[in-house]
Amino acid sequence: MPSTPAKPSRLTGQALRAGYDSRRVLDGVDLTVTEGQLTVLLGPNGSGKSTLLKTLARTLTPSAGRVFLDGQDIHRRNTREVAQRLGILPQGPSAPEGLTVRQLVGMGRFPHQRLWRQDADQDARAIREAMAYADVTDFAERSVDALSGGQRQRCWIAMVLAQETDLILLDEPTTFLDLKVQVDLLELLVRLAHDKGRTLLVVLHDLNLAAAYADILVMMRQGRIEHSGPPDTVFTSIHLKQVFDLDAHVIRDPHTQRLLCVPSLTGTTPVSQIAPGVAHG
Amino acid sequence: MTHSPSLNHRLNSASAATADVGRARYASQLGLLGLVLLASMGLSLGLGSFHTSFREILHALAAPQDSDIAFIVWELRLPRLLLAVLVGAALAVAGAILQGMVRNPLASPDVIGITSGAALAAVTFLALAGTTLSIHWLPAAALIGALIAALLVFLVAWKGSVSPSRLVLVGIGLSAAMGALTTLLIVISDDAAAMTAYVWLTGSLYATQWQDVLGMLPWLLVALPLCLAHARHMDAMALGDAVAQGLGVNLLRSRLVLMACSVALAGAAVAFAGGLSFVGLVAPHIASRLVGRGFARLVPAAALVGALIVLYADLLGRVAFLPKDLPAGIFVSGVGAPFFVYLLHRTRDRRY
Repeated sequence: MPSTPAKPSRLTGQALRAGYDSRRVLDGVDLTVTEGQLTVLLGPNGSGKSTLLKTLARTLTPSAGRVFLDGQDIHRRNTREVAQRLGILPQGPSAPEGLTVRQLVGMGRFPHQRLWRQDADQDARAIREAMAYADVTDFAERSVDALSGGQRQRCWIAMVLAQETDLILLDEPTTFLDLKVQVDLLELLVRLAHDKGRTLLVVLHDLNLAAAYADILVMMRQGRIEHSGPPDTVFTSIHLKQVFDLDAHVIRDPHTQRLLCVPSLTGTTPVSQIAPGVAHG
Repeated sequence: MTHSPSLNHRLNSASAATADVGRARYASQLGLLGLVLLASMGLSLGLGSFHTSFREILHALAAPQDSDIAFIVWELRLPRLLLAVLVGAALAVAGAILQGMVRNPLASPDVIGITSGAALAAVTFLALAGTTLSIHWLPAAALIGALIAALLVFLVAWKGSVSPSRLVLVGIGLSAAMGALTTLLIVISDDAAAMTAYVWLTGSLYATQWQDVLGMLPWLLVALPLCLAHARHMDAMALGDAVAQGLGVNLLRSRLVLMACSVALAGAAVAFAGGLSFVGLVAPHIASRLVGRGFARLVPAAALVGALIVLYADLLGRVAFLPKDLPAGIFVSGVGAPFFVYLLHRTRDRRY
């Protein structure tokens, strides 16, 4: 991938501390979200990935530190103006019964609509393009709750796309989906970043998919960012051990040159030392 | 993901067409409901203990000064049926707001303490001041009771923000307590006050006067436009708090505005007509079956359905058991209770 001159980042978090009630989940996090790239937040359960995403999206107020969107404190800005620049899809959203795909996608226009100023043509165009991009046009008039998990998730992404924001934050958009559906979704997200110049920050659970599709990997553990950078430098067996307590080899897929991790089973002999035939026993 | 221009054009016009069909269908449904309501009002105006012909009614409406039945039409029937329409519409919209906000189809103005607060205030008024103050002050007392109860529920449920489910739990708890106090007051007050209180609690439009209609109207004129202005906020909140916040909804402010609308509408309706709040449960459901999703569509339809329900409940109360004039609340509950059971039956397999 040819490296383009880096644009100044529009979304940054500085010395963020945040939590729920008395439990602190973020413990002094600095993050600069790179423009036009797909950044993936990785980390074990409870490491603070979702909390960081919500804090950056201003849906959670930090107890200390600040989030800047275009140089201004995001938590002090008008929430609707923020929504015109930054879209967020929370984890596991659920649509009310009977809501059609078109209606759901149309809700993405909310921050652009005012009682006294509605551009119906622009709204219709944005909805149409978002549905086409997420490939949900074919079932536009069907109820969201009647669709499969993968189709439903594409509808939600179409809603965020209809919001027409340069910054898109997604919290575990691929969880509970089939592998093929996960791959399709991630390719959609990569296209958004690389073809459309959108900036994406995504929480993922699957290490190999993260390594395969991320431009930048951010590894979190216990409320702190431990490592951050391109997968080539961040996705190493030492880091996996340190962050996830996972014993794994990192190898390169000979066809795509992408990095993969293969967990090694502790306490067992390496496969190469097992005599042929024993494994079948 | 590129379509050929002609395909793109076809898709555009197809989607535009479905949207137009939806809009035209909605307009015709709303128009039909409006016509049914007007016709029903005409019917209600013509029926009563004193027989009146259609021509006499028209004559009394057009030229009250030389009609024998001008008093019956203008002072007895018209204010009463107009109040029925206003009260029904207000309760239905109040219920639609609450059901949307709590995301539970079984919510009604009862659940946040409005009805029981108004009832307690009304019964207290009858027990303590019934002999010294004019009965015309009863709606004011009931309205104050409803607003105080709603405020109390809000304050107890407040925990840095308002969670709708907490609001409902607190509301049900406080309603029960206020219900107990109401019963206690009825038991210890004298028979006449107890009888008046009982009729009021059932919900009645008996002896409605123009000043009641004029007292009810402003609440609707303020709350309905405010509610419609926040319809998109409600639709966004139906997607969940996190999604709504992401779309730029100020959750706290939108909730407060919509709740205030609901409290004002239900409080005023209960104050003028007593315990008819079952309308607030039933009407939004019937309306949403008719017009489907979208709060901006639901509100006018629910208002019309609610108006029809109370209008017919009151008409039945007036003419079905002549010469007795029964409280409309009996018939509202008579329709509402079976519907409530049907709703529970229908939704028991769902996630609610």
